[in-house]
Amino acid sequence: MSTVTTAAVPTKLWNGGKSPFNVEYGKLMMWYFLMSDAFTFGAFLISYGTIRFSSNGWPDPNEVFQSFPGLGSGLPLMFVSLMTFILIISSVTMVLAVHAGHNMDKKGVVKNLVLTIIGGAAFLGCQAWEWSHLHHEGAWWGMNPFLNADGTQSSTNFTNYFFTITGFHGFHVLSGVVINIVMLVMTLMDKFEERGHYLMIEKAGLYWHFVDLVWVFVFTCFYLI
Amino acid sequence: MAHTAEQHQDNGAAVKEIWKVTLFLTVLTIIELALGFWMMKIDSKSTVFAIKGVIVILMIWKAFYIVAYFMHLKHEFKSLIMTIVMPLLLFVWFIGAFLYEGDSYKNLRNTYDPYKKAQTEIKVEKEHEGAHGKHEEHAPAEPKKAVE
Repeated sequence: MSTVTTAAVPTKLWNGGKSPFNVEYGKLMMWYFLMSDAFTFGAFLISYGTIRFSSNGWPDPNEVFQSFPGLGSGLPLMFVSLMTFILIISSVTMVLAVHAGHNMDKKGVVKNLVLTIIGGAAFLGCQAWEWSHLHHEGAWWGMNPFLNADGTQSSTNFTNYFFTITGFHGFHVLSGVVINIVMLVMTLMDKFEERGHYLMIEKAGLYWHFVDLVWVFVFTCFYLI
Repeated sequence: MAHTAEQHQDNGAAVKEIWKVTLFLTVLTIIELALGFWMMKIDSKSTVFAIKGVIVILMIWKAFYIVAYFMHLKHEFKSLIMTIVMPLLLFVWFIGAFLYEGDSYKNLRNTYDPYKKAQTEIKVEKEHEGAHGKHEEHAPAEPKKAVE
C-alpha cells in the first residue's frame, strides 16, 4: 500500500518535490521578464494606435518609407521587407544555435551564434541608414516634414511615435547583439562545456526571438497598415 | 543519457520543424507584403480596412508561430504556458478599450470643436509636397531644420 502512495505523489504537479513548470529558474525568469517587456511594447503600440484613431489624418507609410539605399526613392515596403527577412533569418540561426547547444555541439553553437550576431548587426545597420535618411528629410522627434495621406498638415505625433518605438526596439536589438556576443565569448572559453549544459544559450535565444516577435508587430503597425 | 538513438531521431524532427516554421513565416510575410502592395492601388476605404484586418490576423498568426516553435513554448508544461499566456489576454481589453476611446475622442472633437475640425481640413499647397516627393540624397536638408 505504501508503495502506491509514494508512486502516486510525484505525478501530481503541485504536490511539491519537483518544479511545476519543469524549467530552470533563470529560464522561467526570462519568460517573466519578456512578458513584462511585452506589456511595455504593448503600451507603446496601443498608445500609438489610440492617437492614430483620434486623429483626422495620418501620413501614408508608403509615401514616407519609400527609399532604398543605392536605388533611390519610389520603392515602398522594399527596404523594410529586407529588414524583416534579416531578422527572421537571424532568429532561425538562433534556434539552430540553441538546438546545437542541446546536443553539446560547440562548433554548431559558435557557427550559428556568429551568424545571428551578423544578422543583428545588419539589422541595426539598416535601421541606422533609415533613421539618418529620415533625419535628412527633416524628420525627427518634434519635426514632421510629411503630409497626411489626404494632403492636410500632419502633426509631430507621427514622427514622435515612429522614432520612439523603433528606437526602443532598436535598443533591444542592440542589447540582444551584446548578449549574443557575451554568449559567443563564453562558448569559446568553454564555460558551457564545463557546466555540462548550454542553458544560457537558450535564455539568450528567448530574448532574441522576443526581439524578432516585437518587430513583427512594429513592422505591421508602422509600415504596412 | 543512454537513449542516443532516440535522441538522434528527435534531432532530425526538431531541425525539420525549424525549417518548416521558417518557410511558414516567410510565406506569411510575403502574403502580408503582397497585400500591402495591393492595398496601395485600392481606393475603396472599406476594402482597405478589410485588407488591414487580414494583415493584422496574419501578424498574430506569425507571432503565434514564433512564440510556439522558436521560443518553444508549445512544448513546455501547460502550467508554464498558462502563466505566460493568461496575463497577456489583458491585451484584448487594452486594445479594444483604447482604440475605442481614441475613435470616440475624434468623433466628439469633430462634433463639438468645429474650429479644430476645420484646422485639420486645410490642405497644404502642392509645391510643398512636390519638394518632398523629389527629395533625394542631394536635397539640402539643413535649411529646413533651421526653420523648426
